[in-house]
Formats: sequence, structure tokens, C-alpha cells
Amino acid sequence: MNEMNEVRKPPVATTGIIGWLRINLFFNWTNSLITLFVVYCLYQFIPWILDWTIFSADFKYNYLGEQITNQEMCSRNLDPENGGACWAVIYVRFYQFIYGFYPKVEVWRVNLAYVMLAFALLPLLYVKLPYRKYFLYFTYIFPVIAYFLLNGGLGFTEVSTNKWGGLLVTLVLGCTGIALAFPIGIMLALGRRSKLPVISMMCTLFIEFIRGVPLITLLFFGMVMLPLFLPEGIDMDGLVRVLVAVTFFQSAYMAEVIRGGLQAIPPGQYEAAKSLGMSYWRMNLLIILPQAIRISIPPIVNTSIGLFKDTTLVIIVGILDLLGIGRGTLADTNWLGLSYEIYFFVSLVFFIFTFGMSRYSLYLEKKLKTGINMGAD
Amino acid sequence: MSEESIISLKNVNKWFGDFHVLQDVNLEVKKKERIVVCGPSGSGKSTMIRCINRLEEHQEGSIVVDGIELTGNLKNIDNVRKEVGMVFQQFNLFPHLSVKENITLAPIWVKKMPKAEAEELAMRQLEIVKIPEQANKYPGQLSGGQQQRVAIARSLAMNPNIMLFDEPTSALDPEMIKEVLDVMVDLANGGMTMIVVTHEMGFAKTVADRMVFMDEGKIVEEASPDKFFNNPESDRTKLFLSQILHQ
Repeated sequence: MNEMNEVRKPPVATTGIIGWLRINLFFNWTNSLITLFVVYCLYQFIPWILDWTIFSADFKYNYLGEQITNQEMCSRNLDPENGGACWAVIYVRFYQFIYGFYPKVEVWRVNLAYVMLAFALLPLLYVKLPYRKYFLYFTYIFPVIAYFLLNGGLGFTEVSTNKWGGLLVTLVLGCTGIALAFPIGIMLALGRRSKLPVISMMCTLFIEFIRGVPLITLLFFGMVMLPLFLPEGIDMDGLVRVLVAVTFFQSAYMAEVIRGGLQAIPPGQYEAAKSLGMSYWRMNLLIILPQAIRISIPPIVNTSIGLFKDTTLVIIVGILDLLGIGRGTLADTNWLGLSYEIYFFVSLVFFIFTFGMSRYSLYLEKKLKTGINMGAD
Repeated sequence: MSEESIISLKNVNKWFGDFHVLQDVNLEVKKKERIVVCGPSGSGKSTMIRCINRLEEHQEGSIVVDGIELTGNLKNIDNVRKEVGMVFQQFNLFPHLSVKENITLAPIWVKKMPKAEAEELAMRQLEIVKIPEQANKYPGQLSGGQQQRVAIARSLAMNPNIMLFDEPTSALDPEMIKEVLDVMVDLANGGMTMIVVTHEMGFAKTVADRMVFMDEGKIVEEASPDKFFNNPESDRTKLFLSQILHQ
């Protein structure tokens, strides 16, 4: 009776590659037909896109071997039969895409800031980092360092923000907006749920007002109205005004996302914390918020990705972010007509950042779920 | 009697909206006394003990715990909560923290105890509730009975003078009720002042010094377990006992 004790394996036809194909791609004839159709489309599309972006594309030289300095020299403009994308425009304008009009002599400061940003993000993204505590100290002072590094002061020559542009502006707006909006959003969310009617009403008003207005309107608002609130003689930097508008906008959304998380926390958690003698702030910081934020990771990342892309709207108040530099390049007669290449490049850069954020959120969700059975206690 | 009372409720009234949930409740609890509160659901027994550590606010009357009167004064509320531990029906462990962290959190942050000392304390409490081997697990990985014992250990770590139990075994599978009750019996034998809301009549007979029976927001009967089970005065108590003892 030895066979009785053997573990029965599932039928071969449902496991392995064959089984997977059969269940997922060729389950019945409609399923098979759709599979074949999709395969045919991919077969048509993939070689074409690879050819256009890489194999037939110009990078620095055209098919005659000349270095490309304007759109007329692109292979596809010299000979429509010959050549795909003309990436030379990105190559030639690369500096502007990454730094805007930042003076070349001072550009090491921007590069240093980029490297430092990577180091500042490291302990936030990777929790098991050795010496994480010390890296975190650096993360906290990084904004101050970055401010002096990029803007000037403390011995650095001043570089006015109207010379900033491209990826630099996109990252400054995106990172600052997201980083500032997070704590403000938490305070607003707690405030809206406060038992003190004045605080709750003020927070609700702020959230509803900011959320009810399009970002573009807020940007104009920041540009035109903010200086009116300042004492005379103090001039507020254009980029700072935009930053204020972007941060307010993001805070309101963040507050609602976190409020959603707070509502999912069972009242028993509050009662347990109180019965242990915890004050309001300890209870929220140690018990409630860690759980609420954990629940809200997908929507937090969602709104953050949204903001990162929405920073492109600053173009309407005259600030040239990555997309703005792209549009500026298109307006240059030297590079007229290369919109495919430029929009493709800008999209790709945005996609790299947003896709990174999205993968990171998945990793976080997975990591934080292990061993924790939320809501089942 | 009132000089030695550690908890004293006088003419306590409370309403939820228009619903009069506590009606002129009077209760004196002496130090080291073990009180078991029972009664049908909706009778106000949970609300009463939740008033004692101010998870609920009473609207009339006075509640004095260990010489501190519960009013709107936040300082007083904090002080009372440091004296009074509470165990809930739904355990209410913190799911994002390990068992050990659940226990050390309040000693570290509320009592400012050094971390190493708090961890030692946590392990001692886990020995008392007989699950030291679960220290590094998360609440979601434990059975209901184990979770409730962690909740008891978490409360005890704050070194309270009084423990309140709000139906501590009602959410447990029958097999796990005993392991929790055993811990509570040990605690009672150790001299803890306890108020226990429960329907576990076996437990009540073993440890209670006094039985309190509530119905419709009032204390209907207060008696020694012997008198309460064998010779209750009110008809309401008799009906209640006949119903739950027949189960």
C-alpha cells in the first residue's frame, strides 16, 4: 500500500509551460483566435518600432557620416527612404534637457545635487541599508544643502531660478512637492478628523477649496496673487511661487488619501492606545498613522505620480521644465519637425521616473504585508 | 466603606443620544476586590467599565478612581489610564508591531523606560501569560487565545493597579477560552483589583468576590457569588441565570 502514501501530483496537462499556455492562451477557440491576433500585431509592431528607434536611427551622425547640427541633415530628411528617428536633436540639446540654461561653469553643482539626491533617497527606499540612521540625517539636511548648492549663497555664485530648466525643474518641483505635501497632508487629514470644530472646519475648507480648483488656476494664483500677501519690498522667486501652489495642491489630495486610510483603522486601535495612557500625538504617530499610511500606499503613490506629471503645467507660467525645453526646441528652426523624437524622449524620461515609483510601491506593499494580517486582529 | 474604595461610581448617568444607557449607577470597589459584571447585551455593562478609564464619558454623577476624579481634566484622565489596564473583546493588538513591540511600546513612550529594560519586562510578562516563545511574531500569526494573552501582558506591562476586562473570551473559539481564563485566575490569585464583564459563570464562581447583575442600564443585583447563583433576589436575575446556565 505504498502508493497510498505518495503525494498525488496534478495532471501534467495543467502544469508547466504547456499547461500555462493551454489555460491562459488557448483555452477555447475564441481565446486562441485573440492570442493569434495579438501575436500578429506584436509581430508587425515590434520590428517596426525597433527599426525606427534604433537600427535605422541617427544618433550623432547621419547615414552619410556627417555630424548632424540641424534637422535638414537628418537621414530621413535627406532621403525619406533611408533612416528612422533623428536622435541627434536630443544629443545636441541634451544639456538644456537636463539643466535648462544653468551656466556651464557652475553645472557641477547640479550634478552634485543629482548625486546627493540619489544618496538622500537611498535610506528611504532601502530600509535594510547599513548605517541607515546616518544616511537619514543626510536625507534631512539634503534640502538645505540642495538649496544653497543650486541657488547659490554660502560662497556659491547665485544662479537665478529663471536660468533653471529641463529635468532640473521637473525634479525640484516633483521632489519638493511630494516631500512637503506628505507631512502637510497628514496634518490636514488629522485636522479634518479633529474633534475641535475650528480646526476641523479650517482643514476642511482648505482641502475643499484647493481640491476644487484646477492646478493651472492655482499656478496663476501663485504667480499673481501670492506677491500681494507679502510685505512690500520682498520679492518672491517665481519658482518658489509655483512650488507653493504645487505643494498646496498636492497636500489637499494627500490629505484626502490619508484620511481614507485613517477611516479604515478600527476604533479598537484608538481605544487600546488610549487605555495604555497614550496622548493624542503618541497614539497617532505610533499606532494610527503607521497603519493608515500602510493601507494608503497605493493611492499615495498614485497621487505622487500624478503630481510628478502635472509639474509639466508650469509651462503656462513661463517656467521651462523638461517638456517646456522640448517645446522650446521644437520652435527652433534648426530642429523644426522633429516632434516625434522630442516627445518620445520626454515621455521616456517621465516614464522611467513614474514606472520606478510604481514598482517601488509594489515592492513596499509586498514587504509590509509579510507577517502582518491587517484588519484581522 | 468608601474610604477604602479604589473605584467609586456615584449616581452615574449616561445617554447615547436619547438612549439612557446608564441610569443612576452606584458601585464601590475595594482594593484587591474581584467583581464580575454580567447581564444581557445592551444592559450597559461594557459602557460602565469603559467609563472607568474614560473611553466613554459619563454625563452626570461622579467617578473616582484611586483618589482621582474623572472630569474633563486631561491630566487626570492620563493619570487614571496609567492606573487602569484594559483588555478588550477584540484584543485590539497593534497589527503592525511584533508581540514584543506591542508590549514595550507603552512602557517606552508613556513611562519613558529604557528600551532594554522594557524588553526584559515584556519577556517577563510573556512568561506570566505563558507564551514567551511568540515574542517575535506578529499578532496576525497568533491564535485568538494567544492574542488575548498578549493583550493581557501588554496591559500588565504598565503595572496597573486595576484591570478591566470587557468580555475577554467572547470572541474566542471554545477551545481557547480556558487558556485565557487560566491567566485571569492567576492574576486574580495574585491580588489584582479586577472588574470583569463576562458570561463565563464558572470563572465567576471561582474568582469573584462579588457579582453585579445589570439590566437596562441599572444595577439590578449585587451579591456574593454564593448568594447570587443559589439564591438571587430579583426575578430578572433568576430569569437571566436560568437562561445562561441552561446553555
